[in-house]
Amino acid sequence: MTGTAMDMRQGPGSGTETASPVVLEARDLKRYYSIRRGMFAADATVKAVDGVSFALRAGSTLAVVGESGCGKSTLARVVTLIDEPTSGEMRFDGRLAAEFDGRTLRRKVQMIFQNPYGSLNPRKKVGQILEEPLEINTSLSKAERRERAHVIMAKVGMRPDQYDRYPHMFSGGQRQRIAIARALMLNPEVVVADEPVSALDVSIQAQVLNLMMDLQEEFKLAYLFISHDLSVVRHIAEDVLVMYLGKPVEHGPKETIFARARHPYTRTLLAATPRVAFEDKPQIPPPKGELPSPLNPPPGCAYHRRCPFATERCATEVPPLRPVDGRLVACHYAEQMA
Amino acid sequence: MSATDDIEMMASPAKAAPPSPLRTFWWSFAENKGAVAGLLVIVVIAILAIFADWIAPHSPTEQFRDFRLLPPFWADGGTLRFPLGTDDIGRDILSRLIHGARLSMAIGLIVVTLALGMGIVLGLVAGFYRGWIDVAIMRLMDMMLALPSLLLAIVVVAILGPGLSNAMFAVSIVVLPHYARLTRAAVISELGKDYVVASRVSGAGTLRLMFSTILPNCMAPLIVQATLGFSTAILDAAALGFLGLGAQPPTPEWGTMLASAREFVTRAWWVVTFPGIAILVTVLAFNLMGDGLRDALDPKLKR
Amino acid sequence: MPLLDIRNLSVEFATRSGTFRAVDGVDLHVEEGEVLGIVGESGSGKSVTSLAVMGLIGHNGRIVADRMEFAGTDLRSLSPRQRRRLTGKDVAMVFQEPMSSLNPCFTVGFQIMETLKVHEGLDRAQRRRRAIELLDQVGIPDPESRLSAFPHQLSGGMSQRVMIAMAIACSPRLLIADEPTTALDVTIQKQILDLLVSLQRDRGMALVLITHDMGVVAETAHRVAVMYAGQVVETRPARALFEAPRHPYTGALLDALPERALGRRRLPTIPGVVPGIADRPPGCVFNPRCPKAQADCRMGPIPMFPDETGAARCLHPLRQVGGQAA
Repeated sequence: MTGTAMDMRQGPGSGTETASPVVLEARDLKRYYSIRRGMFAADATVKAVDGVSFALRAGSTLAVVGESGCGKSTLARVVTLIDEPTSGEMRFDGRLAAEFDGRTLRRKVQMIFQNPYGSLNPRKKVGQILEEPLEINTSLSKAERRERAHVIMAKVGMRPDQYDRYPHMFSGGQRQRIAIARALMLNPEVVVADEPVSALDVSIQAQVLNLMMDLQEEFKLAYLFISHDLSVVRHIAEDVLVMYLGKPVEHGPKETIFARARHPYTRTLLAATPRVAFEDKPQIPPPKGELPSPLNPPPGCAYHRRCPFATERCATEVPPLRPVDGRLVACHYAEQMA
Repeated sequence: MSATDDIEMMASPAKAAPPSPLRTFWWSFAENKGAVAGLLVIVVIAILAIFADWIAPHSPTEQFRDFRLLPPFWADGGTLRFPLGTDDIGRDILSRLIHGARLSMAIGLIVVTLALGMGIVLGLVAGFYRGWIDVAIMRLMDMMLALPSLLLAIVVVAILGPGLSNAMFAVSIVVLPHYARLTRAAVISELGKDYVVASRVSGAGTLRLMFSTILPNCMAPLIVQATLGFSTAILDAAALGFLGLGAQPPTPEWGTMLASAREFVTRAWWVVTFPGIAILVTVLAFNLMGDGLRDALDPKLKR
Repeated sequence: MPLLDIRNLSVEFATRSGTFRAVDGVDLHVEEGEVLGIVGESGSGKSVTSLAVMGLIGHNGRIVADRMEFAGTDLRSLSPRQRRRLTGKDVAMVFQEPMSSLNPCFTVGFQIMETLKVHEGLDRAQRRRRAIELLDQVGIPDPESRLSAFPHQLSGGMSQRVMIAMAIACSPRLLIADEPTTALDVTIQKQILDLLVSLQRDRGMALVLITHDMGVVAETAHRVAVMYAGQVVETRPARALFEAPRHPYTGALLDALPERALGRRRLPTIPGVVPGIADRPPGCVFNPRCPKAQADCRMGPIPMFPDETGAARCLHPLRQVGGQAA
């Protein structure tokens, strides 16, 4: 099934420039955790990421959307090679991750974090923070590393004299620039951005988004952009992957999905996103109840207990991810979603 | 490039850059008058200890046979030649106290360094690897904490034999669990932070993560504990000396001085009082400074 | 007469580097049964304003106001005891962090009943019945068994519902919600906002919603006050504000929203940063960052200029229709 899905993703159905090469391809990634539940209960398995596939092209952005507990942060850890996937494969430039040596692989993927206050080591100067990746992964001399740091600092709009400052001397937006600069130091192909603007004020958010788009253009970066804010996603992404309880529920080009979401969860997410426009707001009530426990996911479709369209079939049969109307969707009734 | 319109934004706050961490630290430290007093006393004691050879009026071991058990200068029969009097074999108490300061400071320093070093390594390993290594290390530390500290020190000295260096080693073993526990707790709370993940994404190895990334961020509580540990070390070493298990006579160690003057308590109060006061003042000064450091370094108490 | 009437409220904090004026001459009034949204970026003084109303400013803060009245009662002249009786009963507040706003040591039921005991004087059985009723009203399923739940057993959304139940326990006439949904997911946020609005409508209670999220305000508030650097810079009915902002700051803030980008790739930004303690400009506080600033903007304090729909603290307001700043 995954095979056909991937074929479709790379086919002309995709809304992005078909010319740019696929830099990262993930097939059926899974990451399970086992949780100890005390002395007498059996260990429970949490399927944090359960069968996610995608292809990421140079210079394009794939947004992963979902609420807390949907597995998007685990996905980020797997893609940035911090966590090993339980199963599934990742290919960089068409070659399996295992074929690369550690240093080469490390240089391909970097990350930007949500909270710019927590992601910079408070005891290190900006220069040290920026040069750490070079120190570990390259054999550049001290002077060369310093030069590279200054080049990247200029790229993200920082002054050279800020090289010797500590992170606490900067505001949130400036710190996020430092974090972006650090991610660029190794000249990566893929940057995983985990909610990079959600901790920032609106005006700062716009600056950081602009910067990220400029850098993407200049360095042909591929972004895996994790966010819960659909208006930001709509602005920056080419493709969207909606996740619910570890599973992809809808995946396709942004225009297709935003024009007409085919999964009930995507629809409620779209409707729940607060907007300042007073016209054409979809009037769909938010889903009933809350996210079920990942320790004990419901049978059948994970969303069925909150879904207004659920039938008996949804409670028993897991909907496969299948192509419908130019995107992939995991709902038995995707065709009927008007 | 996008930078152009934003350069200005990055430039403006330069003027209003927040003060350096050292300065804010000093501000909150200086607010605590007791801590500053403690610091002053410690500086004085340190100067006395370093320049003991020049400051002390006599050699600490020189015996003035004609001036045995001389009272302090203000009492009847006292003389300014021996400002704080002499002991039973005619040694100048002031000189012995000044040289004793040198020993006490050295004991504190060595004990704290040893305990801190071992504690940090054990705590880092336990906090970083968790699992059975953690369990093994921390249960061992719990066992050490379960024994009364002086008793444990006596056991260690009994095994190694009495003497100043063995006493110091014994005391550092006794205080080790505090540092290990503190380090472990700090490491565990830091491990979850994003900058550690960021370092991992940069490809940092275990040693780098432990010592370069995490350890500097765990130092605040350790510095506080080390300062307070100084006084514990001095007290414990003095206690061992008093029991005859630490520094051996004629070494001018405060605890040993107390022990050898025990029989003169009723006849010559000054031989026991002054070493006792020396211990009291030093320990108090370190405790005051430790409290001030904790207030200044602990962000939870910071306004 | 407005339910809450504040004139020229200032709040100053003594800090090491001088006096910091967090709130600077704020005028606010809330009518009975109205939803007022206060929007602003971090550091705009929106939370401090609400804390000042609740009397929750710490000892290092100083509150000055020409008028501070709740339903005709002068809040400034109340004794701490009278003040406590008022806040919690007639004025209630919901905070941002639902998880840390509940005391982890006590059950949900105990904490709700505690509120009822202090302000309503009901007996045990009545309190229990009322607590169940309240939990049911805020949409907590199976309220009876939830009474004995501890806060750590609840999700963020559930905790916020409990906080709201506690806030409405004594039927307040004014509820102040400070970023009530910022820590929550979008769908849960929607649920909580719907709940707040329906409670407000059913009980005829006034609601002050403080948030940084323009979308939340647009969808919830009747009237909006925009705050910048401690001042209210613009106030008008929600629709008018979002469709035709007059103050350049409001305009720039709206333009920076990706939602309003209208196909343009680069988002318009606001140059510069919010002024700090040391570099507060003379004249209009927004003038160093304002594209329309002229010489007169840099002189003297700028008052609020009333217009057809509201008021803006600006000498050269935006005039166009449609909300896109030129």
